[in-house]
This record gives sequence, C-alpha cells and structure tokens, in this order.
Amino acid sequence: MSVIDIDHASRWFGNVVAVNDVSMRIGPGVTGLLGPNGAGKSTLINMMGGFLAPSTGAVSLDGQQIWRRESVYREIGIVPEREAMYDFLTGREFVVANAELHGLGKREAQKALATVEMEYAQDRKIATYSKGMRQRVKMASALVHEPSVLLLDEPFNGMDPRQRMQLMDLLRRMGAEGRTVLFSSHILEEVEQLASHIEVIVAGRHAASGDFRRIRRLMTDRPHRYLVRSSDDRALAAALISDPSTAGIEVDMAEGALRIQAVDFLRFTELLPRVAREHSIRLLTVSPSDESLESVFSYLVAA
Amino acid sequence: MYNPTVARLTYRAVLGRRRAAILFVLPALLLAIAVAVRTFNGVDDQVAADVLGGFALAVMVPLIGVIAGTGAIGPEIDDGSIVYLLAKPVKRPTIIVTKLTVAIAVTMVFSAVPTLIAGFILNGNGQQVAMAYTVAALVASIAYSALFLLLGTVSRHAVVIGLVYALVWETLFGSLVSGARTLSVQQWALSLAERIAGEGLIGSDVGLPTAVALLVGVTAAATWYAGQKLRVLKLAGEE
Ligand SMILES: Nc1ncnc2c1ncn2[C@@H]1O[C@H](COP(=O)(O)OP(=O)(O)OP(=O)(O)O)[C@@H](O)[C@H]1O
Ligand SMILES: [Mg+2]
Repeated sequence: MSVIDIDHASRWFGNVVAVNDVSMRIGPGVTGLLGPNGAGKSTLINMMGGFLAPSTGAVSLDGQQIWRRESVYREIGIVPEREAMYDFLTGREFVVANAELHGLGKREAQKALATVEMEYAQDRKIATYSKGMRQRVKMASALVHEPSVLLLDEPFNGMDPRQRMQLMDLLRRMGAEGRTVLFSSHILEEVEQLASHIEVIVAGRHAASGDFRRIRRLMTDRPHRYLVRSSDDRALAAALISDPSTAGIEVDMAEGALRIQAVDFLRFTELLPRVAREHSIRLLTVSPSDESLESVFSYLVAA
Repeated sequence: MYNPTVARLTYRAVLGRRRAAILFVLPALLLAIAVAVRTFNGVDDQVAADVLGGFALAVMVPLIGVIAGTGAIGPEIDDGSIVYLLAKPVKRPTIIVTKLTVAIAVTMVFSAVPTLIAGFILNGNGQQVAMAYTVAALVASIAYSALFLLLGTVSRHAVVIGLVYALVWETLFGSLVSGARTLSVQQWALSLAERIAGEGLIGSDVGLPTAVALLVGVTAAATWYAGQKLRVLKLAGEE
C-alpha cells in the first residue's frame, strides 16, 4: 500500500506559478489528474516522480520525502510525457537496459514487453516506432520492476482506440491489484472511463476532487451561458426572463446579441425554441459561449 | 561507481551520433599530415614535435574531448531521455563516473592512438617524441573529458562553449597571454611530455608539480561537481 502525499506544495519557474499550494493524497487504485493544457499536471507529476523540488511544501511517498532520494525508484515507475527515448536502441534493448538498471534482467524485460503486447516489434529500432508503440515501450520500461506506484503523464496521447482500450485495461488491472496508479489527461471522458477517483487541477490550483459523478455534477450543474441572436432580441428577452430556468439576460449592444444565463440546462433547451415559435421570432444564432473545457474548469475554480 | 548498462548506453550514444564522424575525420587528417610531412620533408625530430604539438595535442585532442565529453551526457539532458537513467535506484555519482569513464576511453582511443601512429610515421619515435605526445594525449584526455562532461551537464550550449574553450582559450589566448597558459590542459599535458622527449624539443610554461596537481584537482573537482549537478537536475517540460 503506497500513498503519495502532496502537502501544500507550490512550484514556480521564475515568476510563472506552475503549481499553487496544492494538497492531495493519492492512494491505491486508479486516480486521474485532469486539467487543461498548462494547468500544471506535468509539474505536479515531476514533483511526485522526484524530478523537481517543490518550491515550498512537501511531496512524500509513505512519509518519506521524494526529492533527491533515488531509492524511491524501487517503488515508483514513471511514464514521462516527453517522446524522447533512446531511439538508437531496439524496443527490447531499451526495456532490457531499464531492467538492468533496476538490477533485473532479460526475463523481467520480456515479461514487461509481453504485458504491453510489444513483442511483435521488439527487435525494431525505437526510431521507427509510431507514437502509440513508443508509449507502450515507455510503459514496459516503467513496469519492468513491478512498482507499487505508477505515474503516467498523458499516457493515451497518440494511441489509437484499440491501444487505448488495452492500456486502460492494464491500468485498471494494476489499480485492482492495489497499486497506486496516477495518470494525467486533459480529456474528461478519458478520465471518467478509467479513474475511480479524479483530481482536477486548473491554472496550478487544485480545483476539485472526487469520483466522476461528483465532477460531472460540478460541471453540468453550473449556469450555462449562451449567445443568442434573433430577429427580435428585445421581445425574446422579455419572454424568456419570466421563466425560472433563466437566471439572467444581458443585451450586448456591441455584439448585437443576447447573453443568456440558464440555470436549468434541459428545461432551457426546450424553452428557447418554444418561446421563439410562440412569438414568431426567428433564431439566428444560438451558441454556448463557454463550452470549452477551459471555461468549465475556470468555473470550477471560481466555485 | 561503474554501471555497465549506463556505459553501454553511453558508448552507443557517443558513437552513434552524426557528430561522431569528427572522431574519425580528425585522426585521419593527422595521419594524412604525418604521411605528407614525412614524404616531402623526411625525418626531422623538431618538425615531428611541432606537428604533434601543433595539431594533435593543440587541436585534435581537445576537439575529440568536446565531442566525447559533452556527447556522453548533453544530448540526453537536452532531449529529456536522461529521465530513464534518473528514474532508477542508481547513485548519481555512479552515472557520472561511468559516463566519464566512457568519455575518457573514447577520447584516448581516438586521440592517443592516432598520435602514437602519427609519431612513428613522422620520425619513428626518435627522441621519444611519439611517446611523449602520446602520454600527453592520454593525460589531456582525462582532464578534457571531465571538464566537458561537466559542461554537458550544466549547459545546453556545451558544445559551443567547449569549442570556444578548446580553440580560442587554449590556442589563441594561450599564445598571447601567459597567465592563460597556466590554466590550460594542453600546457599541463605538455609539461609531462617535456620530461619524456629529448632535450629542448618540447616546452611547457607550467612546472611538473603544478601541472600534475592541477590535472588531478580539476578532474576530481569537475567530476564531483557534475555528480552534484545531476542530483538536482531539473527536467524541463515539453517545449
Ligand atoms: N521548466 C519550466 N520553465 C518555465 N516554465 C515552466 C516550466 N515547466 C512548466 N512551466 C510552466 O508551468 C505551467 C504548467 O506547466 P505544466 O507542463 O505542468 O502543465 P501541464 O498541465 O502538464 O500542461 P500540458 O497539458 O500542456 O502538458 C505552464 O505555464 C508552463 O509554461
Ligand atoms: Mg504536461
């Protein structure tokens, strides 16, 4: 049973704050680290993996500080985000080298290659591998010593759906065996499918935490904003404002449009076309103004 | 303090890169010069000493040292693949010492061996000139490897800085400012060569005890510092 403890950890680079006072505890099972680009996921994983010191705060594994202690790598396996590996080696040579550095040998390397189903291409140079194949060889190199903690930075990047399924199965299995598996992603669906627990990080801050139902609820129960243009904005606004599904309407003169905030998403999507029909108003544009993941996340941070 | 797996990876990294061509080109050039000088000039001990001192020790050894020393670690740090070495329960100083060993071996093989052969071509090791410069090349290989390995660990511009040091500082600056010569690997190596070759053929501005102390001190300090730097190496994110 391995637990990673992040205790009020911050990390800055010059005056960029990459991770801002984050505290979380990652235990056995599969945890998803969810956040948009630049949120600080890699920085956080690098601190958990002992490649970066926290500027303030502490990151520890089972009570022992991780930074500058190479013995932690007996427990930890890492799949880095970066592509670079020893391209001049074959997949097999690469995994064997990783095994040897753990004091293990060819047998363990072969087992890890089998686990990620890369035996068929193990004697080709890594330079010739596709992104998904590289990802799987990286995975094999991280698994070779059967670590109790597995840290994966964007492991599904570049994988096709079949490879993605396979890796998800593997990670699920490892989680079920009681290992502590943490992976990062900026795709909610990916995290939902795999993680029993989700940590959301946005702009360096710890935004939310819980199982996927809780995260979903936080995301869907928020007020939705729409930008609406119609043949008669004023009449439409007057007709909508009386309905409880609408929390606020703003007339945006510059845009020549209405900005509508809806609290009851389902009811509003039914209401809008009906009201328009009843008042013979033509809807020209209806666009959600904040459907991007970033705005969903920034909502979470504000909450 | 030596890890065979790290050594294997390092050998393949150093010798497998395109830059490694320089490792073959420079010795070939030295041998070509030696053959040409011998053919057109006959045997002359002073000329032999000048060729080995002016090209082999002053240019070839430091350049090969730059390629091997920085190449043993720099590219791995630049592209981030060093993470696969660092994510292992292997002591950081062990990684450095192993890489240093590889860099020294490569520099010695590609610089001292051709120096010896060129010396024999030039004057058949008369007055021990070939031997003297071979010893100088061996000794310089150690110090250059340590210095350039450190450089490769601390800077992304290690090759450029290394070239500037090797060519501008040691060769150009050293011939103009006498103080610069005291801090020159080449001069330290020459002070050993001076003792081996016949009277008056090779000169150094640094006394032997000082030279030996500096060689040992610089090599040890650079290696220790590189080990410390590797312990706290920050891995940059994806750019
Ligand atoms: N070595 C560094 N030097 C300077 N700034 C950095 C460094 N590493 C990360 N940053 C900055 O810290 C912030 C967080 O970066 P990080 O790579 O942790 O985000 P991320 O969530 O992994 O993003 P992505 O999804 O793009 O991988 C970014 O603003 C980034 O520019
Ligand atoms: Mg990242």
